[in-house]
Amino acid sequence: MESVWEYRALLLSGTLVTVQLAIGSLLLSVLLGFAGASAKLARNPVSQRLANAYTTLVRGVPDLVLMMLLFYGGQQVFNDLGSVTGLWDYIEINQFTAGVGSIGFVFGAYMTETFRGAILAIPRGQIEAGISCGMTPLTIFRRITWPQMVRHALPSFTNNWLVLIKATALVSVIGLHDLVWNASTAGRSVREPFAFMFAVLVIYLVLTAFSDVGLRWLDRRYSAGVRQD
Amino acid sequence: MTEPERTFWEYLVHVSENNSPLDFMLVVDHIDKFLYGSLLTLEITALSLLIGGVVAVPLAVVRAYRLRWFNGPIWAFTYFFRGTPLLVQTYLIYYGLAQFEFVRDSFLWRPILSSAWWCALITFSLNTAGYTTEFLRGAIENTPHGEVEAGRACGMSPLKLMWRIVLPSAFRRALPAYSNEVIFMLHSSVVLSTITLQDILGVGRWLNGRYYLAYEGFITAMLFYRVLVFFISRCFRIWEKFWLGHLRPREE
Repeated sequence: MESVWEYRALLLSGTLVTVQLAIGSLLLSVLLGFAGASAKLARNPVSQRLANAYTTLVRGVPDLVLMMLLFYGGQQVFNDLGSVTGLWDYIEINQFTAGVGSIGFVFGAYMTETFRGAILAIPRGQIEAGISCGMTPLTIFRRITWPQMVRHALPSFTNNWLVLIKATALVSVIGLHDLVWNASTAGRSVREPFAFMFAVLVIYLVLTAFSDVGLRWLDRRYSAGVRQD
Repeated sequence: MTEPERTFWEYLVHVSENNSPLDFMLVVDHIDKFLYGSLLTLEITALSLLIGGVVAVPLAVVRAYRLRWFNGPIWAFTYFFRGTPLLVQTYLIYYGLAQFEFVRDSFLWRPILSSAWWCALITFSLNTAGYTTEFLRGAIENTPHGEVEAGRACGMSPLKLMWRIVLPSAFRRALPAYSNEVIFMLHSSVVLSTITLQDILGVGRWLNGRYYLAYEGFITAMLFYRVLVFFISRCFRIWEKFWLGHLRPREE
């Protein structure tokens, strides 16, 4: 156990990478989720079909496969495109970008369903009431849709986030020096893999516990004024 | 000058090697490996779901009725396995346990704990047991009071009540969540390829490494997973039709 403490700087820097990766993927997934949800709710059959294809593709394929495809294959496609069109020179997709891209892509599909359900849960009459009061679409979104959407989306959003944090561990497989990678390297070099892996598990538990507290605070804030039974 | 005679197969190989962006004939040549990979993926997924499911039922009952002494430890168990990545759990068992001499000296070492297959099976089973326990507990807690009271009124003993009323009713309610868990488990089984096992992704990685390819192996793996998920969700839809038929709106 002392050796884990000796390597604390390495573990801490790995944790930082993991957290950055998780937050980056979360931002991307929220963006994609909004895009997907509005595509599904739009009355345009093409956008609906595209969004449905997106969510079914992701439901059918494990995240690590997409990550490897993006990391090893995406690089080649990207550079082939660049050399054909002459628009850009050689670009390297590093592990971090591949991780954020693939995790964000996968969880964007789950966020799509989350946001779609949350928007559908808002009674139509409230939006009509807003229109009849002369609100612009932007005001309706800001005053009516958004505050309630957050409340409806939060439970499922929380769940997605907790799964997302755990998914970040996979990035170590393509070689990003995140928490898992650092810990397994250190564990091998001092021949105490169990201690180091256990430390990683504890750090993950701490991360999820922290986000649980934060999200609960958010839930209280956005559920103010809702009758609790 | 005329083209030399060649068979359709050779023509396909030629197109695949020279004109197609994906060397699909290479994949066709190694399709047997992918099929074996699917077998391994399905084997571990199915076995761990079976073991995890059997373990989860009593644990869920304990959690639902908050039995003293047992509830706390089981909560800790599910919290631990649900709050941490499966990859790290697998590393902990497969690479980690070897740290201890008493594990290496024990009679379990040679046949079980030094084998990647067994370690994966153990970790996956515990992991899915953690998830299954929690949603089964939810389903048991949501048993309508009337059903339990009716059972009591018929003079059923608590055990019989559990076996005849509570569990069948809870299994039905948990079925949709369980279909998600099965697909989730199939997705998670890619972890197998990180501990040297040749599952679907493992074969894909092997193919790419061997022929120095960028995406053929991964795209094939993707298709295989896609097909498996399709079949699993189809099966669950049929299952739900049987078990949850009484909940469907009446057809006119």
